Amino acid sequence: VSATAWLRASLVVFVAAMLQVVIVSSLVVAGGAPDLLLVVVVVLGLARGSIPGAILGFAGGLVVDLVTLGTLGVTSLVLTLAGFWAGRYAETTGRDRRFAAVIAVGTITVLAAAFGYVLHYLLDEEVVARHALVTALAPAFVLNLVLALPVNALVRRLVGEGERDELAPEVEVLAS
Amino acid sequence: MSRQRSARSAALGLTVRRLPTTSQARGAGPLRRRLVVGALVLASLVLISLSFRADGSGPLGGVQSAGATVLRPFAVGFERVAQPFRDVYAWADSLLSAQSEADALRDEVRELRQRAIQSEFALQENVYLRELLDYIDGPRFPADFDPVAAEVIGRPTGAFTQAITIAVGAKNGVRANDPVVTADGLVGVVTRVTSGTARVQLLTDEEAAASAIDLRTGATGIVRHARGTRETLVLDRVRKQDVVRRGNEIVTAGWRAGALSSLYPKGIPIGRVTSVGQTDTDLFQQVQIDPYVDFGALDAVIVLVPQERE
Repeated sequence: VSATAWLRASLVVFVAAMLQVVIVSSLVVAGGAPDLLLVVVVVLGLARGSIPGAILGFAGGLVVDLVTLGTLGVTSLVLTLAGFWAGRYAETTGRDRRFAAVIAVGTITVLAAAFGYVLHYLLDEEVVARHALVTALAPAFVLNLVLALPVNALVRRLVGEGERDELAPEVEVLAS
Repeated sequence: MSRQRSARSAALGLTVRRLPTTSQARGAGPLRRRLVVGALVLASLVLISLSFRADGSGPLGGVQSAGATVLRPFAVGFERVAQPFRDVYAWADSLLSAQSEADALRDEVRELRQRAIQSEFALQENVYLRELLDYIDGPRFPADFDPVAAEVIGRPTGAFTQAITIAVGAKNGVRANDPVVTADGLVGVVTRVTSGTARVQLLTDEEAAASAIDLRTGATGIVRHARGTRETLVLDRVRKQDVVRRGNEIVTAGWRAGALSSLYPKGIPIGRVTSVGQTDTDLFQQVQIDPYVDFGALDAVIVLVPQERE
């Protein structure tokens, strides 16, 4: 991955993190808000691969935790795994799938909410499961899916497609 | 076995061959991938452990404070840029819920409510002082506080924590546990402070609580979030023999017991009782409150800084 691509991707993540903290998180619809940063990290993982996805997720999470003065590392851990998983999905079964972004964003939204709930529970923070996993998650899931395709198109246009040098090996069918 | 192996499919009668992959993909790629993600996960866990244990103090607290200070101009800048869009959203939202017509009336109601609360308290205190001469141990009034106005630069980022970040900090005199209000009523309490920013735990957070009193009947309890929703609060721990009626106003109690005192000053409006219920099995009444503050639309707040810190 070139330095220019890294710089562009980092800027995209930084802007997404700031937008998430400043405005997107306050756009509450039916009890939940979209997670722009999660969508951007997933899309970057799909576009650039698992390693850039994990690194950019870590950086984005760190920015959020710094700005909100939250417990450092919590958002980083969730987004690191989100970016990594999205990258692996693109490198293996998700390649060439038309709606890979929608599938990945939907799946990771649910997994990230569940993992985040467990993480906060382990940190002894009182979290209501029904609110975290149902009331807030359902609208956030839908809103993230709505964001998936436009954000995917925009981010790929800004950052470009990475060379997938870590694809799983393919098989070729030979004539019998 | 060689990666170039071929096999004949028994079912289809076809020969398939695994295609060669680059040396990078099959060699250093997976190892590098595991190393990178392992290092990042480890770094996250170390950060969580240090940050959780330090709780805003120590070297990591300094790093976080410095990071927050560096990022603050960006947050303020984004806030300014985003404000028109937020205004448009708020306008459309209020249009849909027909709130625009109520804005003018809300200001008037707010002023009258404040006056009514002050009058009610003055009356109650008058009676109380006549009956009890040792009123000296009673709660203090908010007159002992200085207001510090603050712009909201960060909002709750998820379903787990109900907290906002404001653009004032230690250099403005703000300290942890300072109460935060708006003209509508109680917002929450400062939980973390850097030199230029502070984190405010909202009253709707799962871990927030405030001792409160029914202004009309004097019934006391603890205001907490209502489980499963962010829009309502509950007045918990209200004894069954106490009287609480629908429509009554709930304000902070502002108790004092020797050297200990409530975080919140007395008489800050919290909300209005919307329902009261009790069952034979429960020890306390179930009192639901509709808060005066719209926690989802906080643009600016006031931090109450004590004039004399203990």
